[in-house]
Amino acid sequence: MGGGLLPGRETFLMSRSTAAPTTVFAARGITKVYHMGEVDVHALRGVDLDLFTGEFVVLLGPSGSGKSTLLNILGGLDVPSSGTVFYRDRRLTEFDDAALTRYRRDHVGFVFQFYNLIPSLTARENVALITEIARDPMNPVEALQMVDLGDRLDHFPAQMSGGEQQRVAIARAVAKRPDVLLCDEPTGALDVKTGVLVLEAIQRINRELGTTTAVITHNAVIADMADRVIHLSGGEVTGVDVNTRKRPAAELTW
Amino acid sequence: MLIAPLDRKMLRDLWHMRSLAAAISVVMGCGVALFLLSRSMLHSLELSQQSYYNRYNFADLFATVKRAPDSLIERIGELPGVAVAERRIVVPVNLSLPGMEAPASGRLISVPDAGRPRLNQLFLRKGRWLTPRSDDEVLASEAFVEANGLELGDRFSAIINGRMEELSIVGVVLSPEYIYEIKPGDLVPDNRHFGVFWMNEEALQMAYDMDGAFNDLSVRLMRSANPAEVIRRIDELTDPYGGLGAYDRMDQMSHHFVDNEIEQNRTMGLFAPSIFLGVSAFLLNVVMSRTINSQREQIAALKAFGYSNIEVGWHYIKFVLLIVAASLLVGIPAGAWFGWFVTGMYARLFHFPELVFRIYFSTILAAAGVSGAASVLGAMGSVMRAVRLPPAEAMRPEPPAGFGPTLMERLGLGHLVPPILLMIVRQLERRPVKTAFSTIAISLAVAVLVIGNFFQDSIDYMVDAQFNLVQRFDMSVSMADPVSDRAVYELASMPGVLHCEPTRAVSARLRAGPRSRRVAVRGLRPDSTLFGLVNMDGQEMELPRHGLLVSKKLAEVLRVGVGDWVQMEALVDKRPVRQVMIAATINDFAGLQAFMNIEELHRLMLEGPVITGAQMLVDPRQQDMLYRKLKETPEVSTVMVKQHTLDSFNRTIVKNLGVMKRINLVFACIIAAGVVYNSARISLAERSRELATLRVMGFTRQEISSILLGELAIVTLLAIPAGLALGKLFAAWMTAAFDQELFRFPLVVTHRTNAWAALVVMLASAVSGLIVRRNLDHLDLVAVLKSRE
Ligand SMILES: Nc1ncnc2c1ncn2[C@@H]1O[C@H](COP(=O)(O)OP(=O)(O)OP(=O)(O)O)[C@@H](O)[C@H]1O
Ligand SMILES: [Mg+2]
Repeated sequence: MGGGLLPGRETFLMSRSTAAPTTVFAARGITKVYHMGEVDVHALRGVDLDLFTGEFVVLLGPSGSGKSTLLNILGGLDVPSSGTVFYRDRRLTEFDDAALTRYRRDHVGFVFQFYNLIPSLTARENVALITEIARDPMNPVEALQMVDLGDRLDHFPAQMSGGEQQRVAIARAVAKRPDVLLCDEPTGALDVKTGVLVLEAIQRINRELGTTTAVITHNAVIADMADRVIHLSGGEVTGVDVNTRKRPAAELTW
Repeated sequence: MLIAPLDRKMLRDLWHMRSLAAAISVVMGCGVALFLLSRSMLHSLELSQQSYYNRYNFADLFATVKRAPDSLIERIGELPGVAVAERRIVVPVNLSLPGMEAPASGRLISVPDAGRPRLNQLFLRKGRWLTPRSDDEVLASEAFVEANGLELGDRFSAIINGRMEELSIVGVVLSPEYIYEIKPGDLVPDNRHFGVFWMNEEALQMAYDMDGAFNDLSVRLMRSANPAEVIRRIDELTDPYGGLGAYDRMDQMSHHFVDNEIEQNRTMGLFAPSIFLGVSAFLLNVVMSRTINSQREQIAALKAFGYSNIEVGWHYIKFVLLIVAASLLVGIPAGAWFGWFVTGMYARLFHFPELVFRIYFSTILAAAGVSGAASVLGAMGSVMRAVRLPPAEAMRPEPPAGFGPTLMERLGLGHLVPPILLMIVRQLERRPVKTAFSTIAISLAVAVLVIGNFFQDSIDYMVDAQFNLVQRFDMSVSMADPVSDRAVYELASMPGVLHCEPTRAVSARLRAGPRSRRVAVRGLRPDSTLFGLVNMDGQEMELPRHGLLVSKKLAEVLRVGVGDWVQMEALVDKRPVRQVMIAATINDFAGLQAFMNIEELHRLMLEGPVITGAQMLVDPRQQDMLYRKLKETPEVSTVMVKQHTLDSFNRTIVKNLGVMKRINLVFACIIAAGVVYNSARISLAERSRELATLRVMGFTRQEISSILLGELAIVTLLAIPAGLALGKLFAAWMTAAFDQELFRFPLVVTHRTNAWAALVVMLASAVSGLIVRRNLDHLDLVAVLKSRE
């Protein structure tokens, strides 16, 4: 699989490097405050951020630095306390609940640290659950083949290892051909070998489908496979690195 | 894919908790069955009654006179508002049936020699109509014929105006006037010893010397008529002829009883299904809230991928609706079966040409609607939580609950209890809401068991009180007309009579403002020993020196209290109209009664010492001789033998109630078992991860099951006293709901009932505990720990 899967997009991707990159997300001055009784927790303190079409971004930062909070806001799962977020030319921060649902349904794929598969559905059904409501989905079997699980279609989550479950979660996230793929510590619970398998799958999606991808991690090694690395600390962006040479996931080890 | 993945998830989740879902469905199914039963029965009774009344021209008003000329009926027919007025002759008779020593009585009603009656028409079940001019043919009521095993052509004797006549049954009939065929003054039919017969008018006129006269009339009103006004005009017209006062259907015995039964079905139709549907809604609430809690992360994922709140909510509602569908599958056939059964029971009491039980599609729809609504309402809270769950929030595991020292430890008793008990107590205290919910659920089960038995307790008490404390006599006789009280000595000297006390009953209308009721005011001797004025709580009341002692219900109906004055309009003899004071009220079991000192009643009636009846203690060995003697006494019109009433009561009401009681008990047990099993299963599901962890840490099966079962045991023990109190509350509620003019149920819950309810629930707990324990033994440690909850 791979190469010949989506020829149309490939052509587009190849021309991408020459054209000016378009902005997918533009966040300006976003803050998020949680009121916990007496104390206010400032999870984000004024974050400015741009993500561009087709790029692979890694969000790196210590625990509690606001990575998940930021990703949830970009994915329309949460709303910031202040600031604005644009998705292409639409102002996400003005969306009501129904519009956010619509936005998630049509544009976003999520991969969670703890997989969040539906335990009572098989791998294939977990994917089909999402393709059902998508506008232009892949065949669930095709999506599972992309993450090398073509032979585990009818297995329930409880019958799979953590890495396999996470790959089902990735297949589920990409099967609807999302415009953005947001992964919150996709390898957090996995060993190196399975972690690499999962990362490879994500990288392949990014490369082959041109899906704008953001991956959260604590793990600095993973940063090597990104186009750009955004550092977060204490709820602020503390720096952005551009990788001149992206490493394929298969070369990573930690 | 034929089934959408989300629906597959639902079906698999449902299958995973099938025993729980089944338990709820069965409880709800009971509710559906009871709903269908009582609604359809109500419908069927109402319909049968209405169509019977319409097709057979049941009259609207009735009146009895001593003797009135035929011309009077024409004047009544001309009153404004009267559509049809019909005259007839109605007389009481004593019967003598072959092979029956005991006194039997009946009522002879005239039918026109030519043609049929226009009002209160008869339905001919078997045989033929009367031959015109025949004087020994009768049509007999089906109830009497069946109770005595009589056939067409059978003959019996009746004492007609003092002469013994042979009568032959040529037809078996039903009348809308006698759907509930009962001897005047009785509450329960005794169809063996009382029957109604129809005979040619001429023959009766002859026998009773009533040529050109009548003594009973029925009236059909126009739709525009004002019944109260017509009654007043009829009373005016009949007054010179010894009119006893016209009355409407409300005072017509049979109609009153059928209506009462319809009302009871209406009340029952609200009450019983409410309990079952309420309990199942409650169970659904518990199950759904636990299911949704455990699926927080799945819900979050669904939402993250763009499933809308409505889709998520609908997903869980469908879950609930499937359980409702299963309950309909259980409840509809069960309801149909009960209906068929109860119709059979009714047929023994109420004599319709046809009493068909049909479950209408609309009733099924209503049952589905009601149970669906109750369930959705029950689950709504949890479903709304799923709907409102912010997805970002749900990504994070639920914050761990805070553990603190328990009350026991704070009291410094911590070191006294073993660590496992401490764990149990901590668990219960840590989640007070959940503990309260389980306790409430199980106490509901106890309460339902209590009310399942309460009716029986109540009726046992009532029967015991009525037949032992109130009616202390063995036999009572009544006379057609007042006779001198010297008759008491005559009766006392009859064979087998050990003791005899007189009574004087006056048919009267009691009025208070615009409200009135026809009652029999009974005069008793203050030293009377054969009739007890007994309150519902068993306390004996004194007969007041002056004024009336009335049923509490009668006081309520008239809206008067002790010390108030009412108008007493006697409907017999000199028909005086007097003001009398309500001297006391008695909280009695049945009917609307009024008692008065016999001396005062004589004064009010402007009469000397006369009696209309007597109550007697009888030596059973000489009973047959007494029967014979009484039959030869023309003044005695009816004889009531207490044992016969009791037998008949046991044959009909008690038998029917016995069936109802068994159905109730089965249902109550289902509810109890369902609830307890539910609680046990849910706490197993909630704790399995924790218990598996403990197992992994080296706790034995024994130890972890004692944690869970200990919890169940403590909750059960907490629930029992609460449930007994709740049961009493429900019983009180029911007593109030069934507080009617005909019957009142005393609030009696025996210790036996309480003990029984507690025992059944403990048993259900033990069995559920064992099942859960088996599940615990097979706990798949790896699977449990792998799935993140
Ligand atoms: N719902 C919430 N209520 C209160 N505080 C919250 C909530 N969600 C996040 N926080 C706080 O906001 C801060 C940022 O949280 P966030 O989950 O974004 O961190 P993170 O960078 O993803 O950390 P980790 O790497 O541990 O996942 C933390 O201090 C956290 O405690
Ligand atoms: Mg995080």
